[in-house]
Amino acid sequence: MGVFHSAPYEHEFHALAEKTGFSLEQISILHKRFMQLSHNEDSLRREDFKTISDLASNPIRFQIIEAFFDKRNFRQNGEGSVEEISFEQFLTVMSHFRPVPVHTMTEEQRESLRREKLRFLFNMHDTDNDGTITLEEYRRVVEELLSRSGALGKETAKGIADAAMLEVASVSVGHMEPDEFYEGITFDHFLKILNGIEIETRMHIRFLNMDTTNLCK
Amino acid sequence: VLALGTVGASRRVSLQRGLLFLCALVLLLLSEAVEPLGASGSPGGAGDSSGGSHGLQKGCEADVTKSKHPTNRTKKPFPVLSFDYEHVKTPFEISLWVLLASLMKLGFHLIPRLSSIVPESCLLIVVGLLVGGLIKVVGETPPVLDSQVFFLFLLPPIILDAGYFLPIRPFSENLGTILMFAVVGTLWNSFFMGGLLYGVCQIKGTDLNTVNLLACLLFGSIISAVDPVAVLAVFEEIHINELLHILVFGESLLNDAVTVVLYHLFEEYAGVGSVSILDVFLGVVCFLVVALGGVLVGAFYGILAAFTSRFTSHTRVIEPLFVFVYSYMAYLSAEVFHLSGIMALIACGAVMRPYVEANISHKSHTTIKYFLKMWSSVSETLIFIFLGVSTVAGNHSWNWTFVTVTIILCLVSRVLGVVGLTYVINKFRIVKLTTKDQFIVAYGGLRGAIAFSLGYLLDKSHFPMRDMFLTAIITVIFFTVFVQGMTIRPLVDLLAVKKKQETKRSINEEIHTQFLDHLLTGIEDICGHYGHHHWKDKLNRFNKKYVKKCLIAGERSKEPQLIAFYHKMEMKQAIELVESGGGVKLPSAVPSTVSMQNIQPKKPPSDRAIPQISKGREEEIRKILRNNLQKTRQRLRSYNRHTLVADPYEDGWNDLLFKRQKLMEIEKKVMCVSVSLTHVPNWWLHSSDPQAYSSKPTSDDLPTIKVDLASPQSPDSVNLVNEFQKAATQNDPDDDGGLVMKVPFADKDQGEQDNKKEQQRLMRCLSDPGPGGDEEEDEPFLP
Repeated sequence: MGVFHSAPYEHEFHALAEKTGFSLEQISILHKRFMQLSHNEDSLRREDFKTISDLASNPIRFQIIEAFFDKRNFRQNGEGSVEEISFEQFLTVMSHFRPVPVHTMTEEQRESLRREKLRFLFNMHDTDNDGTITLEEYRRVVEELLSRSGALGKETAKGIADAAMLEVASVSVGHMEPDEFYEGITFDHFLKILNGIEIETRMHIRFLNMDTTNLCK
Repeated sequence: VLALGTVGASRRVSLQRGLLFLCALVLLLLSEAVEPLGASGSPGGAGDSSGGSHGLQKGCEADVTKSKHPTNRTKKPFPVLSFDYEHVKTPFEISLWVLLASLMKLGFHLIPRLSSIVPESCLLIVVGLLVGGLIKVVGETPPVLDSQVFFLFLLPPIILDAGYFLPIRPFSENLGTILMFAVVGTLWNSFFMGGLLYGVCQIKGTDLNTVNLLACLLFGSIISAVDPVAVLAVFEEIHINELLHILVFGESLLNDAVTVVLYHLFEEYAGVGSVSILDVFLGVVCFLVVALGGVLVGAFYGILAAFTSRFTSHTRVIEPLFVFVYSYMAYLSAEVFHLSGIMALIACGAVMRPYVEANISHKSHTTIKYFLKMWSSVSETLIFIFLGVSTVAGNHSWNWTFVTVTIILCLVSRVLGVVGLTYVINKFRIVKLTTKDQFIVAYGGLRGAIAFSLGYLLDKSHFPMRDMFLTAIITVIFFTVFVQGMTIRPLVDLLAVKKKQETKRSINEEIHTQFLDHLLTGIEDICGHYGHHHWKDKLNRFNKKYVKKCLIAGERSKEPQLIAFYHKMEMKQAIELVESGGGVKLPSAVPSTVSMQNIQPKKPPSDRAIPQISKGREEEIRKILRNNLQKTRQRLRSYNRHTLVADPYEDGWNDLLFKRQKLMEIEKKVMCVSVSLTHVPNWWLHSSDPQAYSSKPTSDDLPTIKVDLASPQSPDSVNLVNEFQKAATQNDPDDDGGLVMKVPFADKDQGEQDNKKEQQRLMRCLSDPGPGGDEEEDEPFLP
């Protein structure tokens, strides 16, 4: 496989590079992977993801796969989910994980980068797209995380989710009357509670050092 | 009156301080006075009671053995009090030194302003200087910091403390950077300094021609290593952010392997005078062996310790001992083969910690923590004091050129090394190191006692200029510790370097950290890229599947990290609650009135398949409940006053009881009123107790009230529960079917899985009777 094979796509790649911020070689590597996963078709479906063997042992694989088909992550202000995605959409979702040189940014740029990445996480949790993460949704998140731990996980998951929710409510709202009800975690509360994790420096993949030996499986 | 009061207080404080220093001085003079007297040690002499009964016996024996003619014993009056110092000399002196060091440490913290300006290490060196000076004035020779004592007894506790509490996550994330600084940086420093010093020595005018290249390189390798003791001592106090701390500290730990190899290499061949290419190659191989060998030895002992701790559930009292002894054995074993002892200790501590902590009791954990901190603190204090004393004691050969050039070169080479390496490293890092970071890393490269001890070990016959070396080393140490140590704090403030975030890890952060880990691993797998996260995930899975099963006892081996974290947090809160006197409100970080019922969703009746209750019916229910609540309240009061003998308890207990009552009532009423209700709304059942994180959430249909661990119960009140039960069953058999409070452990037939787990957790905490056997604090939760 040489550069010449990707010549017909070169033009598109340039456009994509502009849009997503990836470099040309990163795009061509990802394109190869896309082709491999989709068996040389133009679009990916959910079943194609299931063929990745390494993903099988990941407790949150369903959420991850869903995230790829979630319109909210395509940066077009869409909603709902799709059945198949094109390469461009694949790349757009991947661009959330692009490593960005943070130290050259201003405070606002950093903040907007944080928001963007946290928005991705928020969308993963907020499955019914109502703008808040309810207790049920949060419980499901924790259950999935502990899904590999059998019965012990299921019971404690509820308690952990409740405790976490309580914490968010305490931190964000502070004072509530006994009969008031905390609807759910809004995006702002989500931002607040995850202030301690430096998301902008941690949520990325090193695309630069991808070795192509695995692609020829 | 106020003014007088404050004057009196300050006078008292200054009186205390004065007394303390007087005390220390007296002890000092005593030690000096005692030494010359020790030589004579004649029985029957007057003196302090340290002789005591032993002296008495010795006196008698000495009497017998002294006289050559056993038959012609001269009759002496029976020695009531005798003085025999010799046989306790060594332990006595050691204890005296340790006591002195601790008193000094105590003294510094009583002087508020001083400890905030001057780092402790400086003060301790000054004290050492004073003590050394005093000893010299008295006429004795002050002791020099013996390398043997240093490496075998003073250094290991500090390193073990560092290794056991090493923050694994930032360490492993920055391992590449740390290794670069440690290995390449130290090599660069040694050769740059050694080479340039040699060049300087060759200049005519200085009388340093005797110093050959290899000796210079040896000196360079000794002086270039960043010292973990000094770094710890200074960085502990300035609280910079985690990244910088782990960079400098990690570097100081890992450069030991390089130092060991270079030191031995140059020491071997400095006598001979030349080094061949083969030797250099062997040196490289040696470095790998030393480093990896040290780590392997440490890991081996760590696994042994973890495995041993699996079986200690019946002998909890000696658990800490295993941790200490295995680690020390790891250090000594590594030293036998001239491997890097420091790396062995670090590896041992880091490897054993997760498994040991899962196995040992809470008390042992606290013991280990405090013993390590205590030993490392005492060691550090002693090291710095002895550095001061050795300065006064040693033979010095001061050479202006050599010393000033050394200091300048140290600074220059450090800065150049850091800047150059950062340039290369930043190409591979996502979070780049800024100029500020580089400055702190360069400025934080302090030299310390390791350099001195290594210099002291040099053989005088091979290295005639040893004294000059020692003088230079001491000067550099003084310079770095005093100048750099004192100025780093204002500089950190000036440059507005990010400080350490003091926030406690919250459950949300923990959940999302794990979530992020899995997410990133998943994305990597989708990309087909076996990166950082993929391998970490594989390691974790291997750990969970095989290693944990071997090394962790019982059920805990299957406990996922999130649950372990959650339980730890719960336990901590429970302990806090009990310690705060079982008061109503948990002194939480975020005071809020949000409670469980605020977040439990109230399912609107229309959502479920429940028949609608008409408005009228609802009102009826409410009225009935209200009436019952009032009745309950009254009944509660009457029980308080008449039926219960024990002492009236605090409000918290009242509240709790009342709430439980209320819930019980409500439940019963709801059950009675509408039989067709298939689903009792959640919030009726879950306690409205503010901070009761129900660790084992009740299944929705079972109307039991469990007294949770986190509920405010003082030991007295638990007994009252039983009283209460008794009273309840006696007095009101008809109304509401009695008040059945189920204390979890009193109910044997529940036998649920979660109950057992609960018990096991508690057993782990409470199965450690501690050295005193049954103590009050052992039973906060059991009736």
